[in-house]
Amino acid sequence: MSAPTDRKYLETHEWHKLEGGVATIGITQIAADELTDITFVSLPKVGAKVSAGKAFGEVESVKATSDMYSGVSGEVTAVNDALNADPGLVNRDPYEAGWMIKVKVSNPAEAEKLLGAEEYLRKTGH
Amino acid sequence: MLKRTPFYDFHVKAGGRMVDFAGWEMPVMYRGIVDEHEQTRRSGSIFDVSHMGRVHFNGKDAAAFLNKVCTRNFADQKVGQSRYSLICNSGGGVLDDVIVSRDSKNWLMVCNASNREKLLKYFHEVRHDSGLDFDMADNTESTAMVALQGPKVIDRLAEHLPVDLKGMKRYHFEQGSVMGLIKFHVFRSGYTGEDGVEIILSAKVAPMAMKMLAGKEDREGATLRPAGLGARDTLRLEAGMPLYGHELLETLDPISAGLGWAVDLKKEFVGVEKLREVAGAGPRRKLVGLELEGKRIARQGAAVVKDGQAVGEVTSGTLSPTLGKSIAMAYVDAGLAGEGNQLEVDLKGTANAAKVVKLPFYKRGQ
Repeated sequence: MSAPTDRKYLETHEWHKLEGGVATIGITQIAADELTDITFVSLPKVGAKVSAGKAFGEVESVKATSDMYSGVSGEVTAVNDALNADPGLVNRDPYEAGWMIKVKVSNPAEAEKLLGAEEYLRKTGH
Repeated sequence: MLKRTPFYDFHVKAGGRMVDFAGWEMPVMYRGIVDEHEQTRRSGSIFDVSHMGRVHFNGKDAAAFLNKVCTRNFADQKVGQSRYSLICNSGGGVLDDVIVSRDSKNWLMVCNASNREKLLKYFHEVRHDSGLDFDMADNTESTAMVALQGPKVIDRLAEHLPVDLKGMKRYHFEQGSVMGLIKFHVFRSGYTGEDGVEIILSAKVAPMAMKMLAGKEDREGATLRPAGLGARDTLRLEAGMPLYGHELLETLDPISAGLGWAVDLKKEFVGVEKLREVAGAGPRRKLVGLELEGKRIARQGAAVVKDGQAVGEVTSGTLSPTLGKSIAMAYVDAGLAGEGNQLEVDLKGTANAAKVVKLPFYKRGQ
């Protein structure tokens, strides 16, 4: 297993791609594979506030429902509406087309604490 | 230490994701639950079900014993027939659901893996207390069991097995052997809502037999491909079949579960008094099928609600791969169990509309 090195991770399998003060958040391939066929994704609305370490949404598969956590605090500026019609995008392309939300980061120091790709893989035993 | 079935190496080679299931290391999936589900409905799948308990009974009182602990009447059961039955405690609660088959020399009971130890202990107690004279042998680990399920299974197997499969009725079985080496029992039954068979054979020859059944290598487009416990669960749910630990529990009775057809209230067996009461008064809650609006899945334990009042509880739910709908089974107050009733399911605080529908959700050939 590998994970893209251009982003930061939580041990709970969320990735964060930071660009110009905005974090795009999704779940890793490891998480998508573990969940198996994803059937539903529940996301906040644009304008909602998310907090570091708090759940921002849910992902459901035939196997289980799991919370998704944000590693940063801030306001949601975009959500991936394509997942409504095709939640399987998360299984097929978790790092690009299967992204979840974009957050305008309010406290950049929080992002510093997130895990690098190698550390994420090590901590999750992959 | 987890137990491994004789097909463990087969699972690993086929890419099975192994998990702990009732103390056994079993494949939950190989390629994906939905992929394996659809393969089963469209063509055929091979499931390792060796973890299920296989207990043989013989001796003069074997049939009397089975009739004492099981809800079904076996008195008129012929050699070569299998019957589904419940085993209840004295309060009418379900200890397990089993399939009992009558062979020429003995009886076979197939039970759930999670209940095997509990049942064996209970059977020893009953034997001791009743003085019934019979022998009991747990052959779970010296044998293997494989289920082949799907519309193409019978045609495909008819080429390989020296048994008249096409002439065999549902819930019947025969024994046979391949080249005199691989002796087996083949049962026309299963847990997927498809036609198919379940085969029991000696653990020693099981890996060799699997090679014959599955082919040298699993490949895309094969008639039969391996499927795991994940697909087995979504398949049985679409077929409206109960699963122990979900629809069946020691605190629930088989009449409420809609299994009255497998309970003979005219004979004497453990739990019959209580079940006669339930049948007489009518069950307080009934097991129903629910179809949810939207794509969210109701999980076991989710409350069923009507006008703000809890009126039931979900026992199993999934997004049906065949129907593309969110389906669930639930116990609801008997007065609300009629088809077409509009209810709600509480999904973590959000009320989700749900309609009572006829079980099963899926019937083959439709």
